[in-house]
Amino acid sequence: MNVIWAIATVVIKELLRRKDFYVLFILTALITLMMGSINLFDDRNIVRYLKEICLLLVWISSLVIAISTTARQIPAEREQRTIFPLLAKPVSRGQLITGKFLGCWLACGIALVVFYLFFGLISASREHEWPVANYFQAVVLHWCALGILIAVTLLGSIVFAAPSSNGTIVFVIAAGIFTIARHLHKVALSMAEPARTIVSAIYFTIPHLELFDVRDLIIHNLPPVPWLIWVTALFYAAAYTALFLLAAWLMFRRRALN
Amino acid sequence: MPSPGLSLACLFTFCFTLATFLLPWFQHWSGSRSQQAGFLATVMGDSRRLFANHFLVKADVYFHRGYYPSIFDQAKEAHSLHIAEDAGAVEEKGEEGTDYLGQPKDWIDRFGRNFYPSRHSHLEHDDTPGKSTGPEREILPWLKLSASLDPQKVESYTVAAYWLRQMNNYEEAENFLREGLRANPNSYEILFELGRVYAEGPKDTRMARNLWELALRRWNEQEANKPEPNNFMLSQICTYLVELELKEGNLAKAVSYLETMKKVSPNPDAVQKRIEEIKQGKN
Repeated sequence: MNVIWAIATVVIKELLRRKDFYVLFILTALITLMMGSINLFDDRNIVRYLKEICLLLVWISSLVIAISTTARQIPAEREQRTIFPLLAKPVSRGQLITGKFLGCWLACGIALVVFYLFFGLISASREHEWPVANYFQAVVLHWCALGILIAVTLLGSIVFAAPSSNGTIVFVIAAGIFTIARHLHKVALSMAEPARTIVSAIYFTIPHLELFDVRDLIIHNLPPVPWLIWVTALFYAAAYTALFLLAAWLMFRRRALN
Repeated sequence: MPSPGLSLACLFTFCFTLATFLLPWFQHWSGSRSQQAGFLATVMGDSRRLFANHFLVKADVYFHRGYYPSIFDQAKEAHSLHIAEDAGAVEEKGEEGTDYLGQPKDWIDRFGRNFYPSRHSHLEHDDTPGKSTGPEREILPWLKLSASLDPQKVESYTVAAYWLRQMNNYEEAENFLREGLRANPNSYEILFELGRVYAEGPKDTRMARNLWELALRRWNEQEANKPEPNNFMLSQICTYLVELELKEGNLAKAVSYLETMKKVSPNPDAVQKRIEEIKQGKN
């Protein structure tokens, strides 16, 4: 566990050293504040459009941080040849994968806390209320979705040679899941065979990341997700994360490092 | 080979000379977007009109607190915007067919419905005395954006003005409608809505009558000869004129508007009955 934690700490420090997070946070804050300064019919209480814009930027920024940070972890170690002394410590390949995952996931968690604090402040400044339960659920679900994506990106960094191609592919997959995954079965039912079976199989196989996006509940001040359902969603995320990490480890175990 | 410094200086001089020639030409070029009013018009040109309807729909999504059919659901059944129905901009079709989701198709669908708005609801107006604005103000940014993207989209102005009236914000409603009228000087819909603002806000019935009469003239100019005229709007204009004339005691005028209404009403017998009541002095 100490080994895994040591690797994770290095990844967190790397995120803090790099400028990605700071640039994305400043951009999010600037765009949100600029949109908030627009005079809309002389009514200073209009807030939901601002919440929507801010949450969209938070999601985009977090996806960029998670995917770009994770995609370069293993390729960078191989390129700089630091992976050899690291594995000679001795650190097993499983520990390396777990440490890298934990580091990226925790780093994203820290970034999310900062982003959501900013969002909460902006929202509270106009709505004068702080729905803590809703925000807590939203942050944790968001973090779990990033966990799945980080695991997928780690798997991708073993399959694909370059971090750029891996990052692009994971981005496209994530965007596809977030936008159409919910409707795939509906689409499948209106198709002829064999397309129907193929699309249905995709629908039941892919990790449904859109489940973790509760922006609409937050924007429209709707009640939080029932807690039992929420906990089930966390287990769903944990299962997919474990599955992708296991696949990454199995592939990495047999992969030559040169 | 000249020195790099000299090359840079030559290039800079060439660029500067070219700029002094091109800039005045560009400013007078008819295709230049810099002459267009507004940031969006300059950046997006006419392509911005494509997105106007998207933001009008977005306002309707906010009105339903996020519960809205996706393109996959909309393909099944076309429907009009509820914010526009409530505003009287289009004919009301009721709340039928609002269960877009239907029964869950599988366990993921059933489970997923807990994570997004999956029940039909509306933003409710707050009638608390002294409270001028309610949650319906949240739809306004999208209507304003829709109007900025396509100033010829009359619905954006009339729907926004209706909701501003609901919030007792008559001044902003009038300003926004006047902005719409500048972009669409012949719009009978905007004139009609402007009349409602004057009738309800400052209670200026003279101005309201003038605007509604002008709206009726514009309707006759634009719609009367169409194969499928906007009869719903004609009925609306006439209804308000009838009410106004009855209040003012101009019974003959009220009857003449009712006669116009009778021609397009889906229930002409009821209109005729009302005409007879007025003629008999039962207001």
